[in-house]
Amino acid sequence: MDCTIEVNNKKIAAEKGELLIDALSRNGIRVPTLCHMKNFMPSGSCRMCVVENQSNGRLITSCSYPVEEGMKIQTNSPRVVESRKVIVELLLSNHPDDCLYCVRNGKCTLQDLAGEHNVVERRISGKKNDHHKDLSSLSIVRDPDKCILCGRCVRVCEEVMDVSAIDYINRGSRSVIGTAFNKGLNVSSCVNCGQCILVCPTGALSEKPHINEVQMALNDKDKMVIVQYAPAVTVSIAEEFGLEPGADLNGMLNAALRKMGFDRVYDTSFSADLTIMEESAELIHRIQNNGVLPMITSCCPAWIKYAEEFAHDMLPNLSTCKSPQQMLGAVVKSHISEKEQKDPHQIYSVSIMPCVAKKFEAQRENMTHRGITDVDAVLSTRELIRLIRLYGIEIEKLEPETADSPLGVRSSAGKLFGNTGGVMEAAIRTAYYALTGKDLVSFRIPEIRGFRGRKETRIRIGDLELGVAVVSGLKNAHLLLEEIRNGRNDIHFIEVMACPGGCVAGGGQRIGCGESDILARMRTLYAIDDQETIKMSHKNPEVAELYREFLGEPLGHKSHELLHTSYMKRDVML
Amino acid sequence: MKPGIAEVLEIHEKGKRDSLIPILQEIQEKEGYLSEEAVVEVGKHLDIPSSRIYGVATFYNQFRFQPTGRYHIQVCRGTACHVLGSATVLEHLEKLLHIKAGQTTRDGLFSIEIVACIGACGLAPVINVGGEFHAQVDAARVAEIIDEYRKREETI
Repeated sequence: MDCTIEVNNKKIAAEKGELLIDALSRNGIRVPTLCHMKNFMPSGSCRMCVVENQSNGRLITSCSYPVEEGMKIQTNSPRVVESRKVIVELLLSNHPDDCLYCVRNGKCTLQDLAGEHNVVERRISGKKNDHHKDLSSLSIVRDPDKCILCGRCVRVCEEVMDVSAIDYINRGSRSVIGTAFNKGLNVSSCVNCGQCILVCPTGALSEKPHINEVQMALNDKDKMVIVQYAPAVTVSIAEEFGLEPGADLNGMLNAALRKMGFDRVYDTSFSADLTIMEESAELIHRIQNNGVLPMITSCCPAWIKYAEEFAHDMLPNLSTCKSPQQMLGAVVKSHISEKEQKDPHQIYSVSIMPCVAKKFEAQRENMTHRGITDVDAVLSTRELIRLIRLYGIEIEKLEPETADSPLGVRSSAGKLFGNTGGVMEAAIRTAYYALTGKDLVSFRIPEIRGFRGRKETRIRIGDLELGVAVVSGLKNAHLLLEEIRNGRNDIHFIEVMACPGGCVAGGGQRIGCGESDILARMRTLYAIDDQETIKMSHKNPEVAELYREFLGEPLGHKSHELLHTSYMKRDVML
Repeated sequence: MKPGIAEVLEIHEKGKRDSLIPILQEIQEKEGYLSEEAVVEVGKHLDIPSSRIYGVATFYNQFRFQPTGRYHIQVCRGTACHVLGSATVLEHLEKLLHIKAGQTTRDGLFSIEIVACIGACGLAPVINVGGEFHAQVDAARVAEIIDEYRKREETI
């Protein structure tokens, strides 16, 4: 701290040149904002964060104004408060008045700010927005009428994801946010990660809902409705029900899903173990047979679409393994349907994911087998929460239950899939065993744990030294791929997750989670790994049983048919 | 790639983002408009996402994204024309042709462009239809002018 500024007549220490809003928030002074995001390019587009600069009597936007020595600031002077109120009123002047019917009702920053600023009547009436709702994407719904042009989605898409599917179009009062030529998201380069939904302060961006379809299936007596939930989901809903952030509600979730009427409750962490069996076998096969290296994980559907669009030269590097969601779906509609003597058409397969790209993935053409889809409907964590409320379930009061068997037992390695670095760690544990016949002495691989966007390490397995890299946030993936294109060849295996931090911070997660919530989820997953006895995917007894009874061996004929897939170059407007 | 686009890109350094607007202008000069292909190819050349290029291009009135019609109508929105009612002229033209400025009718006959002063203030409000200037137009006159061009088209 190299300078002192005066805020509301009190002196605080600040760093010269840092953004005023950062200095204020470090000192516990909250300034409302709709467009500002920490660590992103300042934009100053919403003007909500205005404060009064007493030195010259001007209103300045604290999110884009650098700290200067001796500044005198008022954050709540009458002029500031009145200006902010007018800003909210102006933002509402062309906004559709349909909060009651809005998916973000109760979770909308614009709504909150209107409340905080005591906006209780419409003083300013403008022409209502009248744009087309973009329903073209399988994952994301865009409703430009509700957009306040803060540009957060544009910045996330560019700065974190390196996709830039959307940008500002037109000028002045005609400005909208849209894709090139304002076409549907489905034909844009959008990878469906949903990070834009998480940062949107209003209801302009949301997931494509599948709740109605799921309810209809649950009401259909002829259907056997099965459900699976991703590893990150169980640790991401506690805050919503007044419990400690990051608490694991696995057992209660099993009970809640049964109460809703799901006939079978499976754990996607089981098929994460299955993925590890296939993927580690594939890695070893590639290493031993001069296959294409580095091999890159394929669990993240946003990353897959990104690769198909922006990195199709690397498609041979992608593991051919389907993601755990699709693997479990495929096993249910083949093995389980056989076991239960149910026609696969009578099975409705639901998954609950911290992700919206999974909605797209489930509908990929090559995710079907003889005309039967692996997964029929995908709910985001947000939709799960709505469903729990809809059924009047007080999840926090339920007695924990276990998932159904088979496909219900998991190793803690499979559970780690929710974290960036988790897939890698699980895969290394099993590959180590497959190559040496022994287990890793220490099962933890700390170098690839934690929130950082890029992690690398080298692991000795027998006489092989394996170079591994873990990236999250597609921009980091892009930078790593560039290094590899430029000749870097010391890496054998790469894990990519599109969302920064991995699925615990996925685009389908609760709105309004801070970094501390995400870190709490991460810690819980590692704590589960510490506490549980089955720590390796190859030690999962139900996975072993599935291979014995049905699949044969990893990379075998059945696996190939059901658990592996292929990718293609996608022609979109980049 | 269309030869017109390729020719323009050839003379501009790859990856030099500052050239974006001159490149777009030159392509429009050659092709009459910015096609999807043009935007994508410029994007590849300069390493800029197509959404960004479209965003930049729509910021300026000068760029259009549909080919011009056989009769390209320029409506002067300069000060003198404005004072004498060019806003009404434009509005009527748009209603009559069922298109907005920057668009082209489905039959490819007419397109509208808004231009700043064309230096014929004495004739205000003035429109230029395919190189022919029409002076002191109003709503009624606009309808007649369009009719004349339609008739001319029929007799060809």
